Amino acid sequence: MIELNGLVKRFGSLTAVDGISLHVEKGEVLGFLGPNGAGKSTTMKMATGYLTPSEGSVRVCGHDMASAPLEARAAIGYLPEGAPAYGEMTPHQFLIFNARARGFRGDQRKSAVATAVSRTQLTKVLDQPIQTLSKGFQRRVGLAAAILHNPPVLIMDEPTDGLDPNQKFAVRRLIASMAKEKAIIISTHILEEVDAVCTRAVIIDNGKVVADGTPAQLMARSRYHNAVIVEIGNAHAEDAASVLRTLAGVDRVSEAREAASRRFTLFPTDASELLIENISTLVREKQWDVRGLYAEEVRMDEVFRTLTTSDATAAEGDQA
Amino acid sequence: MSGHLNGLRAVFLREFHGYFATPLAYVFIVIFLFTTGAFAFYIGNFFDAGRADLAVFFSFHPWLYLFFMPAIAMRLWAEEQKTGTLEILMTLPMGLMSAVLGKFLAAWLFAAIALGLTFPIWITVNVLGDPDNGVIVASYIGSFLMAGGYLAIGACLSAATSNQVIAFVTGVFVAFIFTVSGSALVLEFAAVVLPQTMVTTIAGMSFTTHFQAIMSGVIDLRDLVFFITLIAAWLGLNAILVDLKRVG
Ligand SMILES: Nc1ncnc2c1ncn2[C@@H]1O[C@H](COP(=O)(O)OP(=O)(O)OP(=O)(O)O)[C@@H](O)[C@H]1O
Ligand SMILES: [Mg+2]
Repeated sequence: MIELNGLVKRFGSLTAVDGISLHVEKGEVLGFLGPNGAGKSTTMKMATGYLTPSEGSVRVCGHDMASAPLEARAAIGYLPEGAPAYGEMTPHQFLIFNARARGFRGDQRKSAVATAVSRTQLTKVLDQPIQTLSKGFQRRVGLAAAILHNPPVLIMDEPTDGLDPNQKFAVRRLIASMAKEKAIIISTHILEEVDAVCTRAVIIDNGKVVADGTPAQLMARSRYHNAVIVEIGNAHAEDAASVLRTLAGVDRVSEAREAASRRFTLFPTDASELLIENISTLVREKQWDVRGLYAEEVRMDEVFRTLTTSDATAAEGDQA
Repeated sequence: MSGHLNGLRAVFLREFHGYFATPLAYVFIVIFLFTTGAFAFYIGNFFDAGRADLAVFFSFHPWLYLFFMPAIAMRLWAEEQKTGTLEILMTLPMGLMSAVLGKFLAAWLFAAIALGLTFPIWITVNVLGDPDNGVIVASYIGSFLMAGGYLAIGACLSAATSNQVIAFVTGVFVAFIFTVSGSALVLEFAAVVLPQTMVTTIAGMSFTTHFQAIMSGVIDLRDLVFFITLIAAWLGLNAILVDLKRVG
């Protein structure tokens, strides 16, 4: 439904987006991840027709953004970063403005506005100037404007930023409820969000795609994927250390000393293999004093940190 | 095509209501009426002139518009850039010209209302004497067109910056050039340093000269064409400046 083909955006000598190609189909919810300044917003601005790409093209529902911009834009709902809106207007006036510009009239306009208002739970603040609304409500106004015309393609730049946990949940549920009949792209810094609502995750760094797959596939790229943690009492620690280091299927071992025990993290050579079964057999045979044995839980943010380097915070630490 | 008209209409209504969303519009109109009255009655010795016409009243319009029109126009595009709403406006399915025209027409209608509210002065001269109402109608039309010219300049310069104050100051500056370019002082100076054809061009660009021609009571096609062309040119430049934002 939306195709980005080789998008490049240069600002003077800076290349903010450096050859991004993505096709998003109906039913997909694509989560756009990447460190600050990676080029997420810039890519979305090109996808929605606000910025003209330096190179590449955008097609929305078969309409080329460059040659048929009005048709292409009509098929998109867009929530820009920070949810800008006309502050002196009330949410009701703002939505009417959007509906009018999109060609809705009379009863059709009324019902489009009413649906958007109820889906984003704006009823309470409908007649209060937007500039006096709290950040979360301002975001919901932007969200309402984006879904007002029931567009086949929805592009939202950090839609849950600034929302309270209940509202985050509500927005994710709203996205999920629309997912079936739309192609949706959201950007986010909240990695659990990708797990919660996205069918596909794309990580970009320095304007390039560095990973593209289902959230599960991305997790599999973590060095912690299928890693095993085993905690052994000090009495057997030295023995265990030498055995574990030379064990087949173990790529690397990291150790952490506790008061009465030592904790080993075993990274598998082949992440698809279930190392934990071998380890549990081994420790039973050896009859070590085992204080704990568990598979490491893979966290999305760890994958994110290993894949993105432009943000200097990527820490190379061994944590359990 | 309907997409363009929907957009134009939506932008026009939004901007026009926007003027009245704050007390600013009313303050503006009151100040405008007060100033036009003050200029005409006191500075222009409206009564002492002993003539029942509005020539004095209208002759001050270029000088008032010089400040008032950039003030009406400064918000139009600068604010959109500052708050980021330009991104919303430019991703709605409407052509750039719909947005440019919608904003301009809203400002022009607002100016027309302010101008229209000077009607008591017209009634007054009719009570006091027997003015040539044809000349007055022509002058009002001329004043309206001239206001459009100043507004187009203001709108264009508002698109050049995200700072309303800068938009206002540069708007007044450019408007000033178009106001004084026909004055004897400027033309005499220009004649010394520039070839004759350029002096004629400069004189021909003067709002004041064209407005005075209309104030004489004859609406010459050339004066009409002058203002319309000028408005179109500044709005065209306005559109180009907005489009440049999208190149980044
Ligand atoms: N109009 C512009 N002019 C110059 N540089 C720009 C412009 N817009 C963006 N950039 C630069 O392009 C790069 C990408 O910015 P972008 O806003 O797309 O990042 P992002 O991935 O959305 O980051 P964040 O997570 O902080 O929102 C940044 O280095 C930014 O400074
Ligand atoms: Mg961003």
